[in-house]
Amino acid sequence: MGIKQRSKSLLSKSSELVDTTFQLEVINGRNAKKTFMPFGENIAKAGYKTLKVNKLEIFQINLGKMCNQSCAHCHVDAGPDRKEIMTKESLTICLDILRKHPDIHTVDLTGGAPEMNPHFQWFVESCSELGKKIMVRSNLTIILANPKYHYLPAFFAKHRIEVISSLPFYSAKRTDKQRGEGVFEDSIKAIELLNQQGYGKENSGLILNLVYNPVGAFLPGNQQSLEAEFKRQLARRHDIVFNSLFAITNLPINRFLDYLIENDNYEFYMEQLLDAYNPSTIEGLMCRNTISVSWDGYLYDCDFNQMLDLKAACAAQHIRNFDVNTLENRAVVLGQHCYGCTAGAGSSCGGTIA
Amino acid sequence: MSEKKYFDPEDLKKFGDITEFQEKMGQKFFTWYNEVFKEGALTVREKNLIALAVAHVVQCPYCIDAYTTASMQSGCDEEQMMEAVHVGAAIKGGATLAFSVQMMNHVKKMNS
Repeated sequence: MGIKQRSKSLLSKSSELVDTTFQLEVINGRNAKKTFMPFGENIAKAGYKTLKVNKLEIFQINLGKMCNQSCAHCHVDAGPDRKEIMTKESLTICLDILRKHPDIHTVDLTGGAPEMNPHFQWFVESCSELGKKIMVRSNLTIILANPKYHYLPAFFAKHRIEVISSLPFYSAKRTDKQRGEGVFEDSIKAIELLNQQGYGKENSGLILNLVYNPVGAFLPGNQQSLEAEFKRQLARRHDIVFNSLFAITNLPINRFLDYLIENDNYEFYMEQLLDAYNPSTIEGLMCRNTISVSWDGYLYDCDFNQMLDLKAACAAQHIRNFDVNTLENRAVVLGQHCYGCTAGAGSSCGGTIA
Repeated sequence: MSEKKYFDPEDLKKFGDITEFQEKMGQKFFTWYNEVFKEGALTVREKNLIALAVAHVVQCPYCIDAYTTASMQSGCDEEQMMEAVHVGAAIKGGATLAFSVQMMNHVKKMNS
């Protein structure tokens, strides 16, 4: 069955939030009745006057905003109407950077649906030849979206790619509410196909990790407990398996921010983030060993700063003038959205931190 | 003019302040309470569902808010939460009906 989209991109709705300057003002409390302590001030109390980065190890590339889904919570504002896509020229520069920097051991491919980039296959094969660990953030349904993508499960297995896929819940009702009608059914079929390749199975070495993010204005609970429940329910109801569950907090950016404002939940959500603020997560934040590359080649501290157009605070802001020394001496650009990564047990592209 | 309410959701945040008037007992209560809700023979998720059902039976609006959030956070869906409330309601309804045995006994004694 195909997917019936439940949401539209902010761009197609001509939302004011498309203007990142305006969106930042909203995140920083432009219309809020309550004031929230600036994130920078809060971490200064924990001894971090600035948030310096560590050694660069992970190269995360947004291959484009094009996606076959249009999820209600999407912080990228991706969707079928988005045409932004990374060119082969930019991908070639990325490959050159990866070749010259053996310490960058991991390539993390995201989107949109990264598989929709016409150069995806070539780029993955090239990264594989370099011996890099490759992670693909696949929405699962792309595998079934069109016969031209049916090659993906075998291709992922051949290059031993770690597949990381969103599945916000183990039932159709809540998953489809966030991701579109029919997404759950297609996601289950896609996991079956990945399982057939050995993904998620013991001793196969093929890793399939699922991402849980709450469907609504609340924070994720204990990652370990959620993983146990997902494993139990998915095995019982659908006879499918996976390796780990990453519990990720929704950050108040783009469509999730729009949802919070529309439902009058922005302050309620920010209150929850601040109440759960946990300084022991700061050491493990992903922005400290990752660089995020946008579809047009700019460099950011993380995927979230990328969406807010907060470029890396150093001279080397584009892949064309990539300089690892400059990048490793920069401080992370902070904002109120950063509370999303420091709430509770913390949140990163790899799940909880503390 | 601010509207005064008997139940204000904001008051839930003041729950910890009950130690202000009786510190020793309050502290003992919170120590015990926190221990109860730790993962044990029952999971946190199972305990949250029990708490949600009981919250409805004792009709505590603060507890309903708190354990709806906790249930959602620990991975329960709407159907599970409503089933838990039905369990609470069934026991409450059943308990009322079980007393009808006393009524029946009395009727039968009077009619014998």
